[in-house]
Amino acid sequence: MTKPPSLSAPTGLSVRHRWEIGVGVAAALFFLVVFPLLNAHGMVSNFTINLWGKYLCYALLAISVDLLWGYTGLLSLGQALFFSLGGYMGGMYLMRMIGELGQYHKPIPDFLVFLGWTELPRFWEPFTSFPFALTMVFLLPGVLALVFGFLAFRSRIKGVYFSILTQALTYGASLMFFRNDMLMGGNNGFTDFKFVVGYDLRQASTQRGLFIITSAVLLLVYTSLRLLSHTKFGLVQRAIRDGENRVLFSGYATAHFKLFIFVVAALIASVAGALYVPQVGIINPSEMDPRKSLEAVVWCAVGGRGTLIGPILGAIGVNALQSWATVGKTAEYWLVILGSLFVFFVLCLPGGIVSLPAQIAGLWRKLTAKSEPSASEPPAKSS
Amino acid sequence: MDNKYMLTVEDVSKTYDGFKAITNLTFYLFEGELRTVIGPNGAGKSTFFDLITGRAKPDKGKIEFGFNTDLTQLNEYEINRLGIGRKFQTPSVFTEHTVWNNLVLSLRGKRGVFASIFHRLNSTERDQLDDLLKLVRLDGKRDWKAGQLAHGEKQWLEIGMLLAQDPKVLLVDEPAAGMTDEETHRTGELLLSLAGKHSIVVVEHDMTFVKQISNNGQVTVLHQGSVLCEGKFDDVQSNPKVREVYLGRGKTHK
Repeated sequence: MTKPPSLSAPTGLSVRHRWEIGVGVAAALFFLVVFPLLNAHGMVSNFTINLWGKYLCYALLAISVDLLWGYTGLLSLGQALFFSLGGYMGGMYLMRMIGELGQYHKPIPDFLVFLGWTELPRFWEPFTSFPFALTMVFLLPGVLALVFGFLAFRSRIKGVYFSILTQALTYGASLMFFRNDMLMGGNNGFTDFKFVVGYDLRQASTQRGLFIITSAVLLLVYTSLRLLSHTKFGLVQRAIRDGENRVLFSGYATAHFKLFIFVVAALIASVAGALYVPQVGIINPSEMDPRKSLEAVVWCAVGGRGTLIGPILGAIGVNALQSWATVGKTAEYWLVILGSLFVFFVLCLPGGIVSLPAQIAGLWRKLTAKSEPSASEPPAKSS
Repeated sequence: MDNKYMLTVEDVSKTYDGFKAITNLTFYLFEGELRTVIGPNGAGKSTFFDLITGRAKPDKGKIEFGFNTDLTQLNEYEINRLGIGRKFQTPSVFTEHTVWNNLVLSLRGKRGVFASIFHRLNSTERDQLDDLLKLVRLDGKRDWKAGQLAHGEKQWLEIGMLLAQDPKVLLVDEPAAGMTDEETHRTGELLLSLAGKHSIVVVEHDMTFVKQISNNGQVTVLHQGSVLCEGKFDDVQSNPKVREVYLGRGKTHK
């Protein structure tokens, strides 16, 4: 009988899938229920839960990078832009919610008072409404991604040119946001938030709520993308990565597929940014730094690109390492550590952390195969 | 003759940076015909396919499909959707997908973004794919990653992918490249069995193979971007002009 080789055949894949689902459910339970409960009973500090909320936002950002890079072969260096835009849209609402509690006790944000404004600029007005701000979190990055993606993919911009272009877009946007006359807070951005939909952001329970919402969003995004990757759409997506010409010559308008994914990725990044800002309490143009986009790429590479669990593990792992390493003596060397990590994973473990079990299992099989049937090996050679 | 043209290529020229890849080429393909195109390297065979499939636009001339669908105004996927399938010289399959999924992607059907999200295979489609797997002799390897297949098997898979699209015209670029003699022969038989239902253009170097598939059909010889001559295999082979530019270079046998 002809049987596919067990080493590389898809039976291994389904085992991995089952594994991933098991771990996913356990992690979801932990982050949605156990972790917040521990925090409520004082066993996990407010600082820790806040920190983890930040990690999960980064995980969402990493997923958006991986959706483009790992699944479709488009290395976007513009995800930090969409992340920041989401943050800014949410931030505008949070700034309005400060009310008259700012330094100047005026009904408009402090930085506007500082710039000599006495009343609210027109475009700020609707952001007093939470539903409007929430809509803008989706609308602005969505439309930007749609227009930019349409132009880029219609002109068949690929590979490194696409990366450079997204990088340039992000850089251009950051220069705009640095300007005071943009009326978006200049280089200080937005900070000193007080309330979100009536809840006090300085209270532990609010932060806990935000953490739960972030976990839920991450779970939702993960599950939806997991389902999407099993549809024919998912097949087309990965086929574009592995051989775009063949897809094109099979009758698929690859540009439409890429545009769809680009917009979805922008929306995920934007939501991540909008969740990030109330938890860290600040948003400024430094979030659009090219380095931020690159860091997200490193998270994907470390975790394992082309998988969904990889970017989550990578984002949490690298950021936890960063939190640990940037305290004390190792602080100066953090960028060196990060760079080495990237080089190490790309060269030695291109599949990332996710591929580790398979690598170890393979190594184990090799070792046991060598030591055990030593008697049967020589005849195999001679035949 | 009541035969109609599937492809009409009239007086077409294409220049790349001053290099004349195709010059005043005229070519007709009848419905159900199996046409073999030969020619030395650089004769313009690949450019010829590029022009038909929309990858390149001609500088001048007419390229039509069926009665009067102008192909020069359409792009790659639009032309493919009309029913023109192309097999590339180097096997281009989706290496990270299974053999089965390679065929699923190629199967005739809606190609839109949203259609592909909600598409589910029905039993007719499954049967169709199973038949195709048997036809290209990959039914034992349906769950293999295409990248794990041998070179010849990849070629067959790509032919299977082409057939899954159920095209009216098949453009096949060097299908026998890298195959053993037996595989080559089987490929020839497959192509011969497809002629009639499909109209096929095969570009090939291997003269044994050309002889096998040209059977009683026409062979077109390209030279420097134009048709040098056209006719039955034996006539072409004995044509002195052809011998001079092509066969004389010791390419009679592979």
